[in-house]
Amino acid sequence: MTMLQLDAEALYAELRQGVAGLLKKDAALVGIWSGGAWLAERLQRDLRLPGEHGVISSTLHRDDFDQRGLAGGAASTRLPFPIDGCHVVLIDDVLYTGRTIRAALNELFDFGRPASVTLAVLVDRGGRELPIHPAYAAARIALPATQRLSLARADDGRFSFAVKEAA
Amino acid sequence: MLSRRNPQLNANGELIHLLSIEGLPRAVLHQILDTAGTFLSVNDRDVKKVPLLRGKSVFNLFFENSTRTRTTFEIAAKRLSADVINLDINKSSTAKGESLLDTIANLSAMHADMFVVRHSESGAPYLIAQHCAPHVHVVNAGDGRHAHPTQGLLDMYTIRHFKKDFTQLTVAIVGDIVHSRVARSDIHALGILGVPEIRAVGPRTLVPGDLAAMGVRVCHDMAEGIRGADVIIMLRLQNERMSGAMLPSAGEFFKQYGLTPEKLALAKPDCIVMHPGPINRGVEIESSVADGSHSVILPQVTFGIAVRMAVMSTIAGNQA
Repeated sequence: MTMLQLDAEALYAELRQGVAGLLKKDAALVGIWSGGAWLAERLQRDLRLPGEHGVISSTLHRDDFDQRGLAGGAASTRLPFPIDGCHVVLIDDVLYTGRTIRAALNELFDFGRPASVTLAVLVDRGGRELPIHPAYAAARIALPATQRLSLARADDGRFSFAVKEAA
Repeated sequence: MLSRRNPQLNANGELIHLLSIEGLPRAVLHQILDTAGTFLSVNDRDVKKVPLLRGKSVFNLFFENSTRTRTTFEIAAKRLSADVINLDINKSSTAKGESLLDTIANLSAMHADMFVVRHSESGAPYLIAQHCAPHVHVVNAGDGRHAHPTQGLLDMYTIRHFKKDFTQLTVAIVGDIVHSRVARSDIHALGILGVPEIRAVGPRTLVPGDLAAMGVRVCHDMAEGIRGADVIIMLRLQNERMSGAMLPSAGEFFKQYGLTPEKLALAKPDCIVMHPGPINRGVEIESSVADGSHSVILPQVTFGIAVRMAVMSTIAGNQA
């Protein structure tokens, strides 16, 4: 799939179906800040799930703190339900090296012991550097390492993808 | 004089040391306060520790005694997973005649990553920041009468927490302002954050006359000073710094400037009362006020840890 075909709204519709299939009793959606949190917020509503979704920030557990510092400030993790015994469905926009997921898992376990954690993403762009695999990915694409792909949300809530050349 | 560029900032304008609030951009202050908000919630977790400073060594260098400030820095560094080494310098090398820079050179050879410095001489943390290796960060934990920036920041965090917006506030700082590095840091921070009315309240002997140049309204009358205030910051009467006859007596000071329920009634009904601690009950503040519903003295202590975590992680993440 090329960039031109990356329709974020169409992929979101697929993600919604995919996540619906991953939900079991005592499941909770947790979105990784910021793109994943937007997705989780909308999924919570569209799938008519009770309660609130969770938001997790990877900032405090990142492995590139020495280079990046607290890049973009330290966004807050907000988990408005007990993590112990919960089947967590982790949501992110783009899966790449897996390092963000590793950091998010560490953050999650600071709050308790979930019964299980699965991962669903909008786009898997390959390039993994850690043994992390999504249970669901709405699309799989290949991108040059020089490009950065991230989700954007318009004022009306619609999603689109932004591609930037990495500095 | 120091280099023309603010020595606390790197070429990108990022904070690499925290020496004084004076001259820092408003955005830097807000970023630290926002980050502190994140760290405050770390206390609610099962695991009250995050790994940002894992493998780093933080040296607490207290050339002047302090239990509370040193402890809060120690807790903050440990919650960030740093190794903390406390040096009570008074009792060791300085007593043997070692110079400040020799002490720093020796500790740097032990691979220090950060120095938290309290010193009775104004400017000592600047001297250390100028002479340490580029990867080493310095936090001023109080130097002479000059600055106590982390106290200033935690005071700002406390005000923002309870009052949300700085731009409509009247803040009264009461007491021994001439000896107070806390007052100086608070005044700089309040000005940077856009507080329209800052008052310095106290007797002529304890309120320096040059404050008006910093945009501060000087009040020698307590009633005038706290009338309509949203925030009252009481300062400790610094007996150990009081040389000469600056005051008739502590009793006389309390009568005129001590915060009592009657005087507090002149402030806004939702006024908050702050104090950097340790408090002298019956000297600058009455017990019923210190323990009363307007008092936010203990929240200040809790916020202080989160603010120090924010300062340490911010500077540690920025390169010289």
